[in-house]
Amino acid sequence: MSNIKKQNVRHSEHSLTAPVSIHDMTVAYQRKPVLWDVDLDIPEGKLVTIVGPNGAGKSTLIKAAMDLVPKASGLVRFYGKPFKAQRHMVSYVPQRETVDWDFPIDAIGVVTMGRYSKIGWCLPVRKKDKQVAMEALERVGMEAYAHRQISQLSGGQQQRVFLARALAQNAPICFMDEPFASVDAATERAIVEVLNELKQAGKTVVVVHHDLQTVPEYFDYVIMLNMRVVAHGDVADVFTEDNLRKTYGGRLTLLSEAAERFARQGNSH
Amino acid sequence: MMSSIDWWIIVIGALCASACALPGTLLVLRKMSLMGDAISHTVLPGIAIAFLVTGSRDPFSMFVGAIVIGVLTALFVHAIQKYGKVEIGASIGIVFTVLFALGLILIRQALDHVHMDPDCVLYGSIEFAYFEQDSLFGYMVPRSFIVNGTMLIVNAVLIVLFYKEFKIASFDQALAQSQGFRPELMHYVLMTMTAVTAVAAFESVGSILVVAMFIVPPATAYLLTDRYWMLIVVALIVACLSSFLGHLGAITIPLWFGFNGTVTSGAMAVAAGLLFLLAWICSPRHGLVVLIVNRIIVRLKILREDVLGVLWRLEEREQPVLMQRNLQDLLRSNHLMFAMAMMSLKRSGAVQSDDGAIKLTTEGRNQATSIVRTHRLWEVYLDKHFPQDTHQLHHAASRLEHVTTDAMQEELGTATHDPHGSEVPKVEDE
Amino acid sequence: MIATHTLSDVRITLPTWDELLRVLLLEEYNTRVVVLGVMALGLASGLIGTFLVLRKRALTADALSHATLPGIVIAFMCMVAMGGDGKSLAGLLTGAFVFGCIGVLLIIAIRSTTRLKDDAAIGIVLSVLFGLGICLLRLATDLPSGNSAGLSGFIFGKAASMIASDTYMMVGLALFVAISTGLLFKEFSVLCFDASFGSSQGWPILLLDTVLMLLVAIVTVIALQTVGLVLAVALLIIPAASSRFWTSSVKRMLISAAIIGLLSGWLGAVVSAVIPRVPTGPIIVMICGFWFLLSLVFGTDSGVLKRQVQRVRLNRKIELQHLLRAMFELVEERESEDIPMHEILAKRSWSLSQVNAIVKRAQQLGFLNRTGNSMVRFTELGNSESKRMVRNHRLWEVYLINYADIAPSHVDRDADMIEHVLGKEMVRQLELLLAQDEIIDSPHPLGGSAS
Repeated sequence: MSNIKKQNVRHSEHSLTAPVSIHDMTVAYQRKPVLWDVDLDIPEGKLVTIVGPNGAGKSTLIKAAMDLVPKASGLVRFYGKPFKAQRHMVSYVPQRETVDWDFPIDAIGVVTMGRYSKIGWCLPVRKKDKQVAMEALERVGMEAYAHRQISQLSGGQQQRVFLARALAQNAPICFMDEPFASVDAATERAIVEVLNELKQAGKTVVVVHHDLQTVPEYFDYVIMLNMRVVAHGDVADVFTEDNLRKTYGGRLTLLSEAAERFARQGNSH
Repeated sequence: MMSSIDWWIIVIGALCASACALPGTLLVLRKMSLMGDAISHTVLPGIAIAFLVTGSRDPFSMFVGAIVIGVLTALFVHAIQKYGKVEIGASIGIVFTVLFALGLILIRQALDHVHMDPDCVLYGSIEFAYFEQDSLFGYMVPRSFIVNGTMLIVNAVLIVLFYKEFKIASFDQALAQSQGFRPELMHYVLMTMTAVTAVAAFESVGSILVVAMFIVPPATAYLLTDRYWMLIVVALIVACLSSFLGHLGAITIPLWFGFNGTVTSGAMAVAAGLLFLLAWICSPRHGLVVLIVNRIIVRLKILREDVLGVLWRLEEREQPVLMQRNLQDLLRSNHLMFAMAMMSLKRSGAVQSDDGAIKLTTEGRNQATSIVRTHRLWEVYLDKHFPQDTHQLHHAASRLEHVTTDAMQEELGTATHDPHGSEVPKVEDE
Repeated sequence: MIATHTLSDVRITLPTWDELLRVLLLEEYNTRVVVLGVMALGLASGLIGTFLVLRKRALTADALSHATLPGIVIAFMCMVAMGGDGKSLAGLLTGAFVFGCIGVLLIIAIRSTTRLKDDAAIGIVLSVLFGLGICLLRLATDLPSGNSAGLSGFIFGKAASMIASDTYMMVGLALFVAISTGLLFKEFSVLCFDASFGSSQGWPILLLDTVLMLLVAIVTVIALQTVGLVLAVALLIIPAASSRFWTSSVKRMLISAAIIGLLSGWLGAVVSAVIPRVPTGPIIVMICGFWFLLSLVFGTDSGVLKRQVQRVRLNRKIELQHLLRAMFELVEERESEDIPMHEILAKRSWSLSQVNAIVKRAQQLGFLNRTGNSMVRFTELGNSESKRMVRNHRLWEVYLINYADIAPSHVDRDADMIEHVLGKEMVRQLELLLAQDEIIDSPHPLGGSAS
């Protein structure tokens, strides 16, 4: 059967050179599975997006990859090694709601945090790190706001500061959790520009995204997720109506079609 | 009036409060102030157990006992929260009350053998701190001066050393974890700091008032500044001030009412509370006064714009001019606010009154045109994107027109008529 | 050794049997009064505490109880100033109640007008008002008339000094709180479960919150005399938090919290009556803590043991499912019954020892046999079980594909029979879809048709 052949291919496709390769990952909270049997390699140097309906496990996928939530089974490898060994290779833009915006820190301070792991334990922030942070802020067009307390920035500006922080980390792999969620047009443009810059620099970017319309415009590679991977591949090949229906539903038409066929079959017998 | 003993008390109090304020800044920022509360309570069973085990009042063993229990408190709270899925507040409440109860029972059991006064547990004995002296570099100084001073230095060193780690773990735990900064380790470093500091301060200010030193100065600073290092500085200043004002208050104010003075540690807590109150009311950016003034300014601005809008629409419909009184009724505004709005409008030359009848000046008409234009453009915009009935449209636009910037106005479009059919006025260029 | 010397010094003297019996049967007047009082208190605090904990306001109550101290002292001073001796319990408790409420109001004010969060607001109010209380307490002892000696008893409790009239008052107030909680059961449930929903449904959330805190204030105030203000909050939180481990229904939580409160009060009063130098308040709290520990570990609804067992079971089940599915596929592929272990290893991301352990478990369950030379083979049972699993799995996949929009909240892959979750009719429809290969090209292919 053709299905079985594909099955074999599935396991040989993992490679040591893939920036992120996820083997057989299942994540479950209590009795509820959140992700099933996720098994895929993320290709290098591409703008990758993860799409899927609410509750499909998009954020969980990247959090589980970075060991931020426990896995029920499976392994994740970053260039062939576990996350622990490759921390410095990964930058992360979390969802905006996860941090305390009342924290007494300014924009440049937030961006500098991206350099902390490079500085190491106990050592103070160097001038060079501040410079890198400032450059990152410039790249997202936020240099004018460097010394604003972060709660005084608009939602879009906060998102850009987060993005600058990921840039300052200067890691080959970048995860972003819903960076486009409720941002203004200017920020959206800034993010897209940064994404393209990152791609040109040969980095792999994985973005959790909710706006299907912009997928073909912004990204090269898509992972369609609804608890399990529905499809993954180049946007041109995979981002099809059929796959979208499998990801997001549309059951009524499909079921009624199936019922109709069944009825026809029954008549013909 | 103040003797050298009083000054010693103030210095010891200031050292103790400052030592507490340092970890306190982190507790407040991490929204874990009440862990400070819990740990300062559980110092009591720690000391009691240490005493029962060693049978002596040796300060070192008591220190160790209290630190162990302090860290255990943090572990228990964390475990109950994580494995029992109990909300943090409740798990703190459970752990500290049970351990404190244990401490009380142990002390009661050992009461015949220890001179541990339950009152002392509550408010310490800073007044007598001077009399227990030890030598430091050949000088005789109060022992609590050495203990709290050491604590302050240790905490300061830790904060400077782990400044960056504490900051990232407090601000963005997920990032800290993904970068390998072990936020849970930082959590326990902080908890240990808190426990040790609480033990050191225990003797001076007692178990419950330690909480005031942990929380109130940093909270006060938090209302005054937006920078972390500045927050630390301000918290230290508030801590020292509370000690000074507290002791001063304790030995003077009661005398005015014929009493003999009161407990210094309690007065320090009250002084810290008063400083907090002061910051709460007067903070230049987050204070109540600023909050209220800003609210009034915004309301005044809206009222002014409403007045201009009404006058403009009256002119548009060629209705007779209104007296000030009628205008106020029409806008259902309160008298004072309205009077202030009218005064500022007249002073800026936007309106003038002829025998009480209010009219727009040319300048005022220009402003009003712009306001009405914004209002009607909003109606067009809302009608297009979020169709709704016209009354709601007018209402929504009335709110939006006051917060529209020039850039936004440009994006609203250039329609010529609003959904009700009225013309959208054009702002004439100079 | 110093240690043994000291410990022997503080050894607890155990009561004789006669003493114990006398106390247990409440033969002594003093004990009767205390026991009755604390039992009523335990009952009331268990009930209202349930809602307090569900509303996540546990430590607001702590601030409330600490804030009562200045109230007590001020009430005392006022009474002395008016010429009394300041001993009236009702008067002192009124002062306590007023200041408790002021404390809560201050917390709300700080929280809503500054950027400080709940925890800091609670800490500030708690410590500053308590500090004020300590200052005033010292002043009160300087008053020429009146007897202020009893005031500090409110800090750690002084159950022993209770008299019958105090008890009647406590019982009366406790019953009032219990009855109010019962009457407002529905309203409080809405408040705690989803306040914003409640307010959209027209419930006066602010008023309900106020009533809840007022009832909590009443309980705190009556707890002052027995357990003292430092520990009063324990009676409110611990029974309620413990009962949560046994049930997830609010009604049963209320009942079990009330029982735990009642029992702790009774036991505590008895223990402190029979063992010398054991203060009533702290021992009640310790007993509450003991219940909590029991509940945390053994609770039948969400105790740690139960959840740990569930978690291990779930992981094992997932592993077993993975094993059986992998074997099923291999059987189909190789068209041979005997499967070498290394091929299973290649299929999944397990280590060798993991595979061995999982195979061993599957063997114990009778799903497969080892056929020498690290080969495994399905038993009859294993065969049918793996078929069922593959079928379930594929049905879920089909379900996910076709009902993608609602599926995530329905999928329960752990269910033995998919029909139990989705119903027979739905499963029939899914099977239909599954049968039509041209429509469903399983995106996550699995060998064989599962009929």
